[in-house]
Amino acid sequence: MKKSVKKNLLTACLLLMLGLLTWTLMGCGNTGEEESSVDMSEAGGGNTITVLNYGEYIDTSVLRDFEKETGIKVLYEEATTPEEMYSKYTSSTIPYDLICSSDYMIERLIAEGEVVELDHSKMQYVNNIGDFYWKLSRTYDPENKYSIPYFWGTVGILYNKSMIHEEITSWDSLFNGEYAGEIIMQNSIRDAYMCALKYQGHSLNTTNRKELQQAQNLLLKQKPDVEAYFVDEVREEMVAGNAALAVCYSGEAYLAHEYENDLEYVLPKEGSNIWIDSWIMMKKGKNHEGAQKFLDYLCRGDVAVKNFEEIYYPTPNTAAYNSLDEEVREDPLIFPEQSVVEKCEVYKALDDKTMALYSQMWKELKTK
Amino acid sequence: MVRSKNFFMKFYLALIIAFLYIPIAVLVVLSFNDSRSRVVWGGFTLEWYKTLFHNSDVVAALQNTLTIGFGSALIATVIGVLAAVGIDAMKKRSYSLTLGVGNIPMLNADIVTGIALMLWFSRFTNLGYVSILLAHVTFNIPYVILSVLPKLQQMDMSVYEAARDLGASSVKAFTRVILPNIFPAVVSGFFMAVTMSMDDFVVTYFTKGAGINTLSTMIYGELKRGIKPEMYALSTLIFAVVLIVLLLVNYMPRIRQKQIQRKLQNRKAAS
Amino acid sequence: MNKRSLLAGPYIVWIIGFTVLPLLMIIFYALGDGRGEMTMSNILAIFEPVHLKALLLALWLAILCTGICLVLAYPLALILRKLNIGKQGMMAIIVILPMWVNFILRIMAWQLLLSRNGLINGALGAIGLPGQDLANSSMAIVIGMVYDYLPFMILPVYNAVTDLKDDVIEAARDLGAPPKAVLTRIMIPLTKPGIISGITMVFVPSLTAFAIPDILGGGKVMLIGNIIEQEFSTSMNWHLGSGLSIALMIFVLISMIFTSNEEEGKERRAW
Repeated sequence: MKKSVKKNLLTACLLLMLGLLTWTLMGCGNTGEEESSVDMSEAGGGNTITVLNYGEYIDTSVLRDFEKETGIKVLYEEATTPEEMYSKYTSSTIPYDLICSSDYMIERLIAEGEVVELDHSKMQYVNNIGDFYWKLSRTYDPENKYSIPYFWGTVGILYNKSMIHEEITSWDSLFNGEYAGEIIMQNSIRDAYMCALKYQGHSLNTTNRKELQQAQNLLLKQKPDVEAYFVDEVREEMVAGNAALAVCYSGEAYLAHEYENDLEYVLPKEGSNIWIDSWIMMKKGKNHEGAQKFLDYLCRGDVAVKNFEEIYYPTPNTAAYNSLDEEVREDPLIFPEQSVVEKCEVYKALDDKTMALYSQMWKELKTK
Repeated sequence: MVRSKNFFMKFYLALIIAFLYIPIAVLVVLSFNDSRSRVVWGGFTLEWYKTLFHNSDVVAALQNTLTIGFGSALIATVIGVLAAVGIDAMKKRSYSLTLGVGNIPMLNADIVTGIALMLWFSRFTNLGYVSILLAHVTFNIPYVILSVLPKLQQMDMSVYEAARDLGASSVKAFTRVILPNIFPAVVSGFFMAVTMSMDDFVVTYFTKGAGINTLSTMIYGELKRGIKPEMYALSTLIFAVVLIVLLLVNYMPRIRQKQIQRKLQNRKAAS
Repeated sequence: MNKRSLLAGPYIVWIIGFTVLPLLMIIFYALGDGRGEMTMSNILAIFEPVHLKALLLALWLAILCTGICLVLAYPLALILRKLNIGKQGMMAIIVILPMWVNFILRIMAWQLLLSRNGLINGALGAIGLPGQDLANSSMAIVIGMVYDYLPFMILPVYNAVTDLKDDVIEAARDLGAPPKAVLTRIMIPLTKPGIISGITMVFVPSLTAFAIPDILGGGKVMLIGNIIEQEFSTSMNWHLGSGLSIALMIFVLISMIFTSNEEEGKERRAW
């Protein structure tokens, strides 16, 4: 670079820094309360709780309202997958009080003794959670001692009516080769294998090597037909019409339908995965009392409605459900029919050996 | 013939610039899109620019990004410049050893640097603002050294030694003799370091603690449920501000020069 | 020991504290098997067919990406020299500026450009050309990587080329060298340090990339970077992840020896 340029760059940097400084100083006046969230010395001490949740999985005004009502500060952190949450919790010294994670990860954390029992007698709104969901969550929390259901949903097929001329009812459409180059699969290990296992009539929690190998063979055969394996982008890709069929979460399907009326969602007749995300209180946490207050607050009917209207996944909160419009309650895209739900299974945590096998098979599939 | 060759050269230049800027144009367009989906055009709106600064989370993330960017670049520049001066004076063996080890962050996969730092930091301290800052300084230092060292090597060090022999203190000798010579390289190293820090995602992601976000980690968290359109608006604003400042700085001196020249001419004419 | 080299002190403390020691932690993990035994198997796991395949594909794409970057950047540098734009210095700014817009957003913009119903196919359709299947392939990954790393090639090459003395080239011409010989016998050898640092700065990150392949490859392509990331974040096998990282690092160091053994110890420069 020539000298003059560098001098100019210097002036530019100085100008930028000056601007930044004034702006930060001015900004501090407006957002003074946020400032302290930078100060990590507060974490875990004082009247503060540390919360880990999925991205975009709460109405953030709920956090502010809770802080105003109780004076307890919420340090809020997001992650995208249960595995990431596990890594974050186990590898760092952050004293998470509460984590909202998925069924099999909760089972794993409970088994490892990292989860603390909740005292339901201290929570006045906990009974808002419907019986059916307590029952469902017993697969990973047999006595309902540790977890409180937050949202639930199913995994099915999202398809574009204008690109397909039959009614989709089965996982078969993904594997029969008819829609080569038009299929989007889930880019997460268990969701991908789940489709194949269910299609072949096996349990999605199987640890039987033969059954897993069969599923692997099916997915290997299917790979040339797959347009992409996506997690986050499924909805937008389908709205854009880049594929005809996609394995998709029910809540995402609802949002996709909002943008593109031709998109329909079906829960395949062979059954599928039903998932529940629940809150758990962690051993490393330093403010269990405040954490329980926060959980109780989330169970309050009006708060649950707020969160529902932000996320549009089915809520297990009956008080919230009853206050919704009938149109919303009867929308099968949000609240699937009970009869279909009964054919679905919840993921269970797998043993280390099976996990290693999954990981190996996944690498083989992807590098093929 | 010459003209067509000239045209071809300009065309090639334009093509490369277009390649670099098309994705940015896409983001600018999205910032005016009145739809929460990025693949549906819902009409023109300025809504996202309005809501942007009311969102305290976004403002906090922006502040973190900027303060970490400039702060880490500043620290890295101080350490890096001193290091370059020191390394320049080293004998061949320690010279290559120091430089080689120092380049590890550049040769390593980001994810390895990030995880190694996370494992390391979490032994001693809570992850948070400071750990991100330290990590950014770490990967910024090599850029400063790579920028400054070649300039030092072109310089004639006997001047410095002479100043020292004549009784100048080492600080004085450094600020009076070395610094003016390498200053342009220091500035471009600093600028590069700010840019790398703003651009980083992976290292920040692993070294950050709860309750703190930079723009990168915030956007990554939003990928799953759809990126908030405010982010496009914010990116457009950042881009526009930097562009305008750079343009001003680049053209101001020339305009002023012309003014001075005109004044001089006027004076000449008057006399 | 020269006194001046003591100035590198803070830097040496810093790299020991934040580069060497964290790296030792990774090595420590790589040599463990989770049950307290020492093992080399995590590092040797790079030779398993699945990993080897991912490494070779990554290598191929990285070479492709580096090659394309060089082929794009060198003529650009020559053109800038010819048009005398280099003197105004705006080019360096133009090249760095896009990096101030978030990395994830820029790559996501490429996804919108390349997808089946995306903007490029829309433009092709508008002028009556058939759509191309660009998205979700190795090709899309290479486009994304070239886009992201091109500045790292342009800057050093452009600096080396603009630093060439005019009289050297004129002398060669006067002595009757044809244009082609001027390029291959004079210009390229003289700008070699710039070319080499450009190659290093593009090759290394493209070999270890994982975010770009993840977003633009449609999840169908798994490179070594993705496998390491999977071991750390999904499979939670940190020992294997660390082992593969170490193996990758060794591999990078070996391939760097190939490019830098001719370069004299003290001639490295970036921009």
